[in-house]
Amino acid sequence: MYGNDFAPPEDGPGGGLLGEVEAAEAALREAAARARRAGPAPDEDVEAYFADVIGADQKIEPRDWMPEAYRRTLIRQIAQHAHSEIIGMQPEGNWISRAPSLKRKAILLAKVQDEAGHGLYLYAAAETLGISRDELVDLLLDGRQKYSSIFNYPTLTWADVGAIGWLVDGAAIVNQVPLCRCSYGPYARAMIRVCKEESFHQRQGYEILHTLAHGTPAQKAMAQDALDRWWYPSLAMFGPPDGDSTHSAQSMAWKIKRFSNDDLRQRFVDMCVGQAEVLGLTIPDPDLRWNDERQAYDYTQPDYAELMRVIKGDGPCNRERMTHRRRAHTDGAWVREAAAAYAAKRADRKKEKVAA
Amino acid sequence: MSTELTPLWEVFVRARRGLSHTHVGSLHAPDAELALRNARDLYTRRQEGVSIWVVPAGAITASSPDEKDAFFDPAADKVYRHPTFYEVPDGVAHL
Repeated sequence: MYGNDFAPPEDGPGGGLLGEVEAAEAALREAAARARRAGPAPDEDVEAYFADVIGADQKIEPRDWMPEAYRRTLIRQIAQHAHSEIIGMQPEGNWISRAPSLKRKAILLAKVQDEAGHGLYLYAAAETLGISRDELVDLLLDGRQKYSSIFNYPTLTWADVGAIGWLVDGAAIVNQVPLCRCSYGPYARAMIRVCKEESFHQRQGYEILHTLAHGTPAQKAMAQDALDRWWYPSLAMFGPPDGDSTHSAQSMAWKIKRFSNDDLRQRFVDMCVGQAEVLGLTIPDPDLRWNDERQAYDYTQPDYAELMRVIKGDGPCNRERMTHRRRAHTDGAWVREAAAAYAAKRADRKKEKVAA
Repeated sequence: MSTELTPLWEVFVRARRGLSHTHVGSLHAPDAELALRNARDLYTRRQEGVSIWVVPAGAITASSPDEKDAFFDPAADKVYRHPTFYEVPDGVAHL
């Protein structure tokens, strides 16, 4: 298994990422099995009941009462996550027609298809909160909801496809594994499904880089160049430092979020160092070194001013990504219309048959 | 562009022969046949199932947590439905 061994040993049969996901799944079943009333008593305060469910590490389900801010926070977070999966298909999709072999092409196709699937699981989870997928798609296309800033960076070489799998999917996994324990049931269950599939993504990326790093000097240089360009944007994926993070404290209290941005970033760095050594590549940080006292690596923070610029729309590919998504949506309209017309026609014929 | 909202379908998958269908999530599709095909592509890309049901989400009537107590109350006072209610005299076997 390629790393991710930040789980405490008791945390899972398989160890590593998949072990943590399995442990989260087991915890979900275990919490569900604990006997408890399925709803508030007639005279009970719904807010107290909500707090009680969260406190007991159990799941809030769509028809339960929840604070309006909890609902809004989840819609924002799940939607942003879903949009990221959909926009995230573009940088890699860019290489499907130029993959170096049929095998790599088939794998990349399967991976990009998975990203579409992840977007759909997440839109479905968001819809249980009372918003429609069409509304969410419109919010993305109008630029009123965001997607992860990482997808505004270009994929210049084939090695970038490897770097995305290893670093971008790796960072996403570190972020997402704790979400398998999120207090909102449909989101937690979608994340379990997503994380199980993501581990293939990360390994295929690592394998691409491993092959390049052990190939010709030019191939190794290409792999190093990809690592140089993707390292800091990947670190920035964990969001602003804890002091500047606006949504963190409340989300932690509601158990939507389980660890702080800086904690997750540290896990990611600690995980990557050994993996980079095996690749024989150098992480582009001269100040990266083991800190015996902290039992963790000291590292250089990414440029958060750049992160803010890219989030605000001024990254290398923001306009390209949004233009492409809008065009795909508009160009696909006739397919949706044709499918709806066909469904209506068949429904009418059925009615006529029943009438006759 | 004037497509109405594409209907929502709930998806149930039987993981293996001998198990019951389990709810796995939902999806949008204009009709049942496309819902089934989409469900195959979305929820069984890794051989997660041997059979799929799709049900229009609007066709499901759900009990609500608010009415929970009253709704399930009738079961609460019928402890005699469980075998543990009955005292078995010492020495009785196969009961």
